[in-house]
Amino acid sequence: MTMRFNDETFRDDYTFHNSPAAIRRFPFPFDQDSYMYSVNIEPHRRGAAGSVFQHRFDVDEHYVAEMRDREITLRDDPLRCQSLPHMELAGWDFLELVMVSKAEDYPELFELHRDGDRWHWINRPLGIEQRFIFLDATSLPCGPMEYITRQTQGDHALLDQREGNLWMDAGMVTSQADWSLDFDIGMNFFEWHAPVPKAHELGVFQRALKFLLSLQQGAPVRRLNWTMTVNPRLDTSPENYHKWGPEKRTLTAGNVGAKQYLRVELQTLWRMPRSNAVAFPIRCYLLALEDLVTVPKWGRRLHRVLRDLPDELAEYKGFAVNRPLIVDYLSRFDDCAPTSAGIFPDD
Amino acid sequence: MPGTEFSPSIASRPVYAGLVAQGAMPAIMLADAEGAGALIDLAARDPAVMERAHVIFIPAGTPHGARLRALGARIYHESPSYAACLERFRKALADAHMGTTLYLAGTEGLIGQATAEALAAGLPAGAIQSEHRGSIARRMQCVHCKGITEGVTTDPFTCSHCGLTLFVRDHYSRRLGAFQGVCVDAETPGVLPPVQEIRP
Amino acid sequence: MTARMLRVAEVTPLSPLVTRFRFECPEGGTLPLFSGGAHVVVEMPDGATLRRNAYSLISDPLDGSGYEIAVRREDAGRGGSRFMHTHVAVGDLLRVGAPVNLFALDLRAKKHVLIAGGIGITPFLAQLRQLTRLQMPFELHYCARSRAEAAGLSLLPDLPQVHAHISDEGDRLDIGAVLAGQPLGTHVYTCGPEGLIEAVAGTATRLNWPKAALHSEAFLSPPPGAAFKVTLARSGITITVGPHQSLLEAMEEAQVDAPWLCRGGACGQCETAVLSCKGRIEHHDHWLSDAEKAAQQKIMPCVSRFQGEDLTLDR
Ligand code: FES
Repeated sequence: MTMRFNDETFRDDYTFHNSPAAIRRFPFPFDQDSYMYSVNIEPHRRGAAGSVFQHRFDVDEHYVAEMRDREITLRDDPLRCQSLPHMELAGWDFLELVMVSKAEDYPELFELHRDGDRWHWINRPLGIEQRFIFLDATSLPCGPMEYITRQTQGDHALLDQREGNLWMDAGMVTSQADWSLDFDIGMNFFEWHAPVPKAHELGVFQRALKFLLSLQQGAPVRRLNWTMTVNPRLDTSPENYHKWGPEKRTLTAGNVGAKQYLRVELQTLWRMPRSNAVAFPIRCYLLALEDLVTVPKWGRRLHRVLRDLPDELAEYKGFAVNRPLIVDYLSRFDDCAPTSAGIFPDD
Repeated sequence: MPGTEFSPSIASRPVYAGLVAQGAMPAIMLADAEGAGALIDLAARDPAVMERAHVIFIPAGTPHGARLRALGARIYHESPSYAACLERFRKALADAHMGTTLYLAGTEGLIGQATAEALAAGLPAGAIQSEHRGSIARRMQCVHCKGITEGVTTDPFTCSHCGLTLFVRDHYSRRLGAFQGVCVDAETPGVLPPVQEIRP
Repeated sequence: MTARMLRVAEVTPLSPLVTRFRFECPEGGTLPLFSGGAHVVVEMPDGATLRRNAYSLISDPLDGSGYEIAVRREDAGRGGSRFMHTHVAVGDLLRVGAPVNLFALDLRAKKHVLIAGGIGITPFLAQLRQLTRLQMPFELHYCARSRAEAAGLSLLPDLPQVHAHISDEGDRLDIGAVLAGQPLGTHVYTCGPEGLIEAVAGTATRLNWPKAALHSEAFLSPPPGAAFKVTLARSGITITVGPHQSLLEAMEEAQVDAPWLCRGGACGQCETAVLSCKGRIEHHDHWLSDAEKAAQQKIMPCVSRFQGEDLTLDR
């Protein structure tokens, strides 16, 4: 099957759209009718064909447009991609992981040929062909992490492990849910999660860290996280908050279905071989409420989750001001029927 | 006068545990204004701590220099500002060996910047001690323009670089030695909350 | 646990007590790479008992053609090393786990000082290759009693940064001299007997080194002791731990699902809650704090034992 890539934008005129197939495969994050933090980590096993879990790094119809959007963001603010000096080896580990995975999982789109340290990489969707020497950063146009993450959907953090903690010491972050890499780089697991309310008291981060410190090679894990975004905007950075912030207040009863998006992050975590670092890709999926309710189970459930969410969480996730509009809209799609377990559509 | 008591906060906000003498070991001491008091108290508890100390003091209009000088540090230097002594501080770090303790005392801005500098030079965090004294003004980074505004005492405040009105977060970057300031009226331009004095 | 069957490709005696084993993929493929300081757990089907011992990888971390370990024969031990020395030959198939690193280099360090005692040289052999490849400043000090026992000598590169201290020849490591005057950002790594690790830690503390710059790996093998009984509350059974068996091994033998990673009291994975304890837990791990050990509410089954009337665990 050859993949078709959308010609679309994530800013200004917002022509982003999901095909019917993309709606069906959206990683809906709620497996029950309510939500609270938990250490919802599971093995990143291969999922059903067509699902976002089918491949190690999901490539979908938004790939080319997302990479174009990343380039715009980086041109504006190169500090969205940073790596502390000791993280270069981890960058190579990550480059290898992505190239090998994509070449195996999407042979029609990507090719990797290796002859010792002489590597040859072909990325058809982006029209890239590169010969380089593995572990020689001067043979690439930029550092290894930047090179590969300009070709990989999602934000990416590389975490150094030392002193019984994980340290966010490198990253490519252009589609974040309101956190700043430039500010958070160099922080440990508890520090960069410091602004998250409630979860600390619940011991969520202690348990998650303990789990991640023992993450093993060849046994990646994943979890889903979510928030709400007005307009299909990838760059909801704090850096540009004063630019996109006003859009949040343009929601009306008439446009909420089209303009309000559920934003889901598929986070995966990988132990890497040479550096012993942990790679942390955070892949973002966007779905407009009007598309979401075409799956009746999701419409019902999202209504219940958002209606009953503690105020503090709605505040932290940044949609408290719009919650009445959103809940009101979704209530029209909730007939109070019971919902089935799990995240997938019923049919 | 003991160090400042701050109210409990989030995990990224630094805690200034107070200075504990490591005896007659190599030391770099850097203090501004009321921070002098912390070094004077430290030396009172253990005079030996001054034997191998290189003290840099930024008086900032306070009269404590004479008392500090009298403590008998190996090297005593007064500087009109942090910027003025930065290269000297860097050289001291570059010449230092493992086993050196860095004692920092005074305002958060000074402690934060000096800590960032020392970590970058390779000094492990465990070799850095700090005690907060004096002004509770904060050093704030504007997340939008990246400019740093020193001595912030109100919330919200105006970024001295780009002019946006920013609210004062407790989220703190050790690398930058600064708290994060975020536009307070981003969603509703011009609608500003009342200005308050920040509290410890 | 992603373990795989590997074929023993070479068995090379390095000294009277130490032998090197090389493992390769039976089908000739490549193995996952690793970082210096990593270990693998080797499974040894010794009659009715399945032994699992952790060994540091000593081969080049960037060479996936095989894994090499060096095993010192401990006749007083529980038989894992004896099994390797007496039962394992070229061509045998053994299950080997994925590399795990609990003794990694701090890659921010401006300099690395490696101190090895005896068989504790093993993790450094891989780290040396990594440091050389990354062109990072280092020095290595290898202490052994006699040249004949110093199995590591033949494996160490001839570099000016590598120093051997043979105590029989009157050359004893002067830890204070090694630590004095190291540049800011130096990290020290010690692997070997408890005594050496404590001596380095003691000297470093006296010289005012912060803890985060000190790294050590003791490579504990579970100490033998008197047999004891343990009740596993969730499984609803009582098991007996034999004198040459660890509590973890006894649980595994009873088919009780118990987590582990290092099997040497270092990683914290096997931590288990104690529901009741009439007697004294013999804590042998490096994971629990002294206060936790005294409280007797947690135990690390991979290395710790028990003496007394009743020990009930949440497992
Ligand atoms: S398995 Fe690592 S401490 Fe027990």
